[in-house]
Amino acid sequence: MSALGRVVRAGVGRRRVQTVVMTLTTMMAVTASVLAAGLLVTSQAPFDHAFAKQKGAHLTVQYDGSRVTAGQVAATAHVSGVTAAAGPFPVLSLRPHVGRNKSGMPLGDHLPPMTIVGRADPGGPVDDLDLTTGRWATGAGQVVLSDENAPFGIGDRMDFPDLPGGPSLTVVGLARSVGASAEAWVSPAELTALTAPGAVPAHQMLYRFAGAGTDAQITADRAAITAAVPPGSMTGAASYLKIRLAASRASATFVPFVITFGVLGLVMSILIIGVVVSGAVGAATRRIGVLKSLGFTPAQVVRAYVAQALIPATVGAVLGVISGNLLSIPVLSQAKSAYGTGGLTVAPWIDVAVPAVVLAAVAVTALVPALRAGRLRTVEAIAVGRTPRSGRGRAVRYLLGRLPLPRPVSLGLATPFARPARSATVAAAVAFGTIGITFGVGLALSLNAIQNGLNRRTPGTVVVSAFAFAPPAPGTDPATPLVKPAVKPAAIAAKISAQPGTRRYFSTGQTRVGVAGLAGRTTVIAYEGDSSWGSYQMVAGSWFHGRGQAVVPSGFLRTTGAHIGDTITLTEGGRSAPVRIVGEALDLREEGMVILTDDSSLTALRAPVLPESVEFAIDLKPGTDPRAYLDSLNAALRPLGITAATNSGRLSGTVVAMDTLAAMLTLMLLAVAGLGVLDTVVLDTRERVHDLGVLKALGMSPRQTVTMVITSVAGVGLLAGALGVPVGVALHDHVLPVMGDAAGTRFPAADIAVYDLPVLIPLVLGGLVIAAVGAFPPAGWAAHTRTATALRTE
Amino acid sequence: MTAIIEIRDVRKRYDEGPPALDGLNLQVRAGEALAVLGPSGSGKSTLLNMIAGLDKPSEGAVTVDGLRVDRLGEAALARYRRERIGMVFQFFNLLDDLTAEDNVLLPAQLAGVPRARARARAAELLDQLGIARHARAFPGRLSGGERQRVAVARALMNRPPLLLADEPTGALDSASAADVRELLVDLNRNGQTILLVTHDTALAASSATRTIELMDGRISRDVQTVTR
Repeated sequence: MSALGRVVRAGVGRRRVQTVVMTLTTMMAVTASVLAAGLLVTSQAPFDHAFAKQKGAHLTVQYDGSRVTAGQVAATAHVSGVTAAAGPFPVLSLRPHVGRNKSGMPLGDHLPPMTIVGRADPGGPVDDLDLTTGRWATGAGQVVLSDENAPFGIGDRMDFPDLPGGPSLTVVGLARSVGASAEAWVSPAELTALTAPGAVPAHQMLYRFAGAGTDAQITADRAAITAAVPPGSMTGAASYLKIRLAASRASATFVPFVITFGVLGLVMSILIIGVVVSGAVGAATRRIGVLKSLGFTPAQVVRAYVAQALIPATVGAVLGVISGNLLSIPVLSQAKSAYGTGGLTVAPWIDVAVPAVVLAAVAVTALVPALRAGRLRTVEAIAVGRTPRSGRGRAVRYLLGRLPLPRPVSLGLATPFARPARSATVAAAVAFGTIGITFGVGLALSLNAIQNGLNRRTPGTVVVSAFAFAPPAPGTDPATPLVKPAVKPAAIAAKISAQPGTRRYFSTGQTRVGVAGLAGRTTVIAYEGDSSWGSYQMVAGSWFHGRGQAVVPSGFLRTTGAHIGDTITLTEGGRSAPVRIVGEALDLREEGMVILTDDSSLTALRAPVLPESVEFAIDLKPGTDPRAYLDSLNAALRPLGITAATNSGRLSGTVVAMDTLAAMLTLMLLAVAGLGVLDTVVLDTRERVHDLGVLKALGMSPRQTVTMVITSVAGVGLLAGALGVPVGVALHDHVLPVMGDAAGTRFPAADIAVYDLPVLIPLVLGGLVIAAVGAFPPAGWAAHTRTATALRTE
Repeated sequence: MTAIIEIRDVRKRYDEGPPALDGLNLQVRAGEALAVLGPSGSGKSTLLNMIAGLDKPSEGAVTVDGLRVDRLGEAALARYRRERIGMVFQFFNLLDDLTAEDNVLLPAQLAGVPRARARARAAELLDQLGIARHARAFPGRLSGGERQRVAVARALMNRPPLLLADEPTGALDSASAADVRELLVDLNRNGQTILLVTHDTALAASSATRTIELMDGRISRDVQTVTR
């Protein structure tokens, strides 16, 4: 081995703490960067990537099982333009009841109708499902649910008391279909078992086409398939383009904050690498002097020290790629839920590019102090390692020593001034961490406030729908649940009024009318009764009060260009009714193209609400037991054939995914910031170990040592926290409206202004906590370093 | 006179090599100035470290000023070093970023001595040791002899009953060394117990009232030189 090689090997081997710190720093930086870059890349057209990976169906078609055979359906796979097909799979639409479960769902509650497909396995040439949890349903009584908004978890049961024998299904897995081909899957045999006597399951066929980029192409493809089966046998077809549109909107909502976190993570990693590597090489100046005195040329010295930095950095980079990919599993799983797409993975090029960039950064960062040391005269290089540091920070140390502070505290507080560049970098890392926490906390608070606002669309403790599903009658199309004729609202209102415990209620019903100046028809939600207690969360203006007033979501105002105070004209069959917009409500349904008004506003239009759309929202008197009220009301409603249900408040899967992802990313930034502080303090403590030995020899106790080391970063942490919080707040206040814009709405100001004092104070102290937690391990090490050893250290 | 240091059957072994101290017994009385001589590796520094509580014996007992030093935990050792001993090192071990006065103040500040009292004591010591004019100077600006005087002042700040000095003239020119020798003699004359580890026989002869010589971890010679 050459002399240079020996020097490098000895340098790496002997300076173990420094080697470990460099390895740890690079590992942490690469881990964070792989995650951040992975997130940034997956946020670009996530639906398209996932759809391609899952070979999603361009068209999901359902056929009437009583009009076409499975063989005829299978033959459509050969229609011109079809490049791949899967199926036919038997399919039923059934309405399950809540069975025994650990998810807190009320036993026996009715659930909405569910499309259940019989599939022997999750794979195939089209719609290659991702099994996200558990296993595939292969046996009797087993079901796999779509993991998007699945009401149940593994082991929970769904009952079908309306079917002969009252079968029950146990959830054994959760799967994701990017093309949303079904809500549940069972084995084909189980689907047969779930089919009512005399009923015939429908056939589901999934297609991919050569040309499927536009609605027109999909329409042509559909026509070609329709022509290949008996007329009237195709009962429905869903294009992936609609799902893509919805998914793109959902993912667009996520992209701003994912990018924010990603960029923060990358910047922090680079900062920390810079401070640790330059510190580590700078600390070796005296050894460089010794090498030069032995005859090493400056170029050899530089090569030796860059190599010495690169060896642990390479080990760290490899470990970082591994840990980044491991950590990406839960993080990208949340991103996957957030984007509403299938499996996301870190792109292979990221695993190559990130370590390459980080190692290049290490090399460049090491090169600067190594060049400086290489150019030093030998005597100077030897002296730099041994003699006092430059006089930086002495004045501050002197002044702090005069303050009435315990000496370990004043010594600690003065430490950052001795190395201002390093302290500034640590402060920046902590500040970025604080920005991340502030942003993450604000995001979670805002999202929860927005979710609460959205939940106000269905106020009240109990809700009653005016229609009911019934099991399919023999010989009818089982894919279409039979809807019993809607019950007259007046009859329901009478039952509710008569019910003890009813405090107040109102009903809503939907109709579609024209709006002057707008093409097509627009949904109007008409309120009957006093709805002031159950108004939507308002973005601006006020809830409507009586006839002629309306409230609309942001999307409506944006599309029509209308403003609060404007009057719009509703039209129906040549009749018209003007309504004045008095408020802007938070509502994302139908892209905000909804009008909320009192039903009296529609009288002139003679546009009755759809009977089956009528819902009652009921508020209970204080002290009323909701369960007992529900039982009693259901007993009263039984003759009408409808049931009431508790209004448990919906928790959006998107909001849950956003919250979880934000929490994970905030933790990642915290970990990066904390490790950055730790690495820097380890380096600092090692450099000052001799001083520590002197102080301990003079009687500094372990507790005083810990106090001094922690205080050395506490001031920086507090300052960084104080700087990071306003930036985090500003970032939040900028990103939230961008997210809202992507979702097609404005958010109420109250949902954005979430940083009140009880939130801000802990956030400001967050920087201090990050610094203190990061400094604690090296502080403990400093406290327990043997004084005699420390005193011998130069 | 009572023994301020009592070392009984102390053995110290590092790894597999021969013991650094091998069943050492030693008593030092209050007011003595003991010089510990011996070649490199004889156990001088190990003995000093045991007494200063910087290291623990593998066997035996180390009692200083009535305190079993070898049984103390880290926090108690810190208190012991603050209150019972003062240390002077060959290379001074002053903190470069603190002024001479701030260096001297450190032991009192770590012990929580009220500020005014600490400052008065520091001023008194700086004056007594002839370095009052350098109170605001940083160590880098002082000569070796002046730095060692600052170090001595720092060691005496909390009025320790025992002053430990490790090669206090080892890094000084001859004039400064003579200066420090005189200082130690003066201190001892005023009742300060001193334990001095040195290679310098001249220093031992001039400053110590008693000299012991260590060889392979044992006392090979114990001579009472002067009675003050």
